[in-house]
Amino acid sequence: MSLNFSFSGLNKSKVDTSILYDFVAIGGGPAGYNAALYAKRKGLKTLVIAKKPGGQLLNTSSVDNYLGFVELSGEALSEHFIEHIQSIDVKEVNDQAIESIQKINEIFELTMENGDVLKTKTVLVATGSNPRKLGVKGEDTFANAGVAYCAICDAPLFKGKDVIIAGGGNSAVEAAIDVAKIAKQVTLVHRSQFRADQVLIDKMMAQSNITIHLESQILEIYGDVKMRGIKALNKKTNEEFSVEADGIFIEIGNIPNSGLVKDLVELNANQEVLVNRKQETSLPGLYAAGDVTDTPYKQIIVATAEGAKAALAANEYINTH
Amino acid sequence: MEKLLNKEVQDQLREVFNELKENVTMVLFTSEKDCESCEATQGLLTEVAELSDKLSVKQHDLNSEEAKQYDITLAPSFVLLNAKGEYQGVKFNGIPAGHEINSFISALIEMSGAESEIPAELLERIQKIDKPVNIKVFVTLSCPHCPGAVQKAHKIAMLNKNVVGEMIEAQTFYDLSTKFNVSGVPKIIINDSLELVGNQPIERFLEQIESL
Repeated sequence: MSLNFSFSGLNKSKVDTSILYDFVAIGGGPAGYNAALYAKRKGLKTLVIAKKPGGQLLNTSSVDNYLGFVELSGEALSEHFIEHIQSIDVKEVNDQAIESIQKINEIFELTMENGDVLKTKTVLVATGSNPRKLGVKGEDTFANAGVAYCAICDAPLFKGKDVIIAGGGNSAVEAAIDVAKIAKQVTLVHRSQFRADQVLIDKMMAQSNITIHLESQILEIYGDVKMRGIKALNKKTNEEFSVEADGIFIEIGNIPNSGLVKDLVELNANQEVLVNRKQETSLPGLYAAGDVTDTPYKQIIVATAEGAKAALAANEYINTH
Repeated sequence: MEKLLNKEVQDQLREVFNELKENVTMVLFTSEKDCESCEATQGLLTEVAELSDKLSVKQHDLNSEEAKQYDITLAPSFVLLNAKGEYQGVKFNGIPAGHEINSFISALIEMSGAESEIPAELLERIQKIDKPVNIKVFVTLSCPHCPGAVQKAHKIAMLNKNVVGEMIEAQTFYDLSTKFNVSGVPKIIINDSLELVGNQPIERFLEQIESL
């Protein structure tokens, strides 16, 4: 049990609803924070609203592809981001979600969970994404009885047990590496070939207690009061097989959190917000950046860069309107 | 023993403790046998208390009269008492280290009488709770979403004397976690029967409590 104290300060966010903001970033991830940084430096009246400060970074145990940092935890990186925006006095509202957005006479009105309404000239939607579900029998039945979506949170509960990881991207392989340190046996099951970076795959292969099934489709999660294992289909041999396990971590990608703007802007078939090179959406004055957009490659550094572009574009918009 | 809190965390906490209004007492219960984290918890509470004049620690055995008074059945466990020495249902079972330091510090600040914001409608619903309610929140120390759930349980407890909110560190209390089928955290158990998964808004807590 690691005691590793990580104190993140008290959330004391009182927001001034009487003023007209220039730029409000919705989302406490890399896109939202970097946008806030750029907007504030342009002299815009800036606010960042974070339902969950740090966002998905908090679920990432190790980041080793963000230029300038050889390796650090996702949480540490988010702390650096927050420190940076606090150093230039960006106003933050934490643990608050925006319920609705309306554009009335060129001004956006954002209604918060607590009923307060914020007014702003431009908005950035950087609401990120949430874990995608497998959509197989047993997944809901055994949710929280073996089925888990946050490896960093729940890995300690599987000490000495057998665990399955579903997925073949970076997050799945990272989860396998992390969980293998605690669990007895880890089995990774993925429906096609690896999408993860080779360095991560190599790291995983070096662990002796990880078994891998590629080209294998999970058909069902079975159990009694708890999950006991999975049934899967080897797509090459067309043979079914079972893996007994006490838990399964589902790491098969994400679904964009675009519900807030689904009636305001154009989305693609995957519910991602369509953006152009300036992060503009189909509604003038409303920008989107990061995992919620249709930009390919959901990476921290990509989201960060998009946040910067959105803030600069918003500044241009304000100057010409 | 080497300090648990490094200089950086100590400095952060000292600053945050400027927000403490009145005194808060931490009453810790330990056991001489089978208690792996008793010593560390005692160390943590002592170190935290040293950072403010308004904080103090008392320690008793798990088998003491005091333990019965606060319905303590696990070690280490501790409760917070307000400036009048009253117990308001804020309990921690296991060491609130890792991410859980956040729920611990927030509980100290709120217990000291510092104002916390809560919408009037929710406050009214919390105050209407008229039967005994126990909220268990199972956590792991590496879970970033867990302190939020613990804070909400504690907040409801502080606002209504019928409610006890307790953090339970799932690894330390493995048997209890197994009993409640905890395989994902935070897991919230209300009166040992209803359950919620994840860091839910206070509204969800209240919906469950009101359905009792």
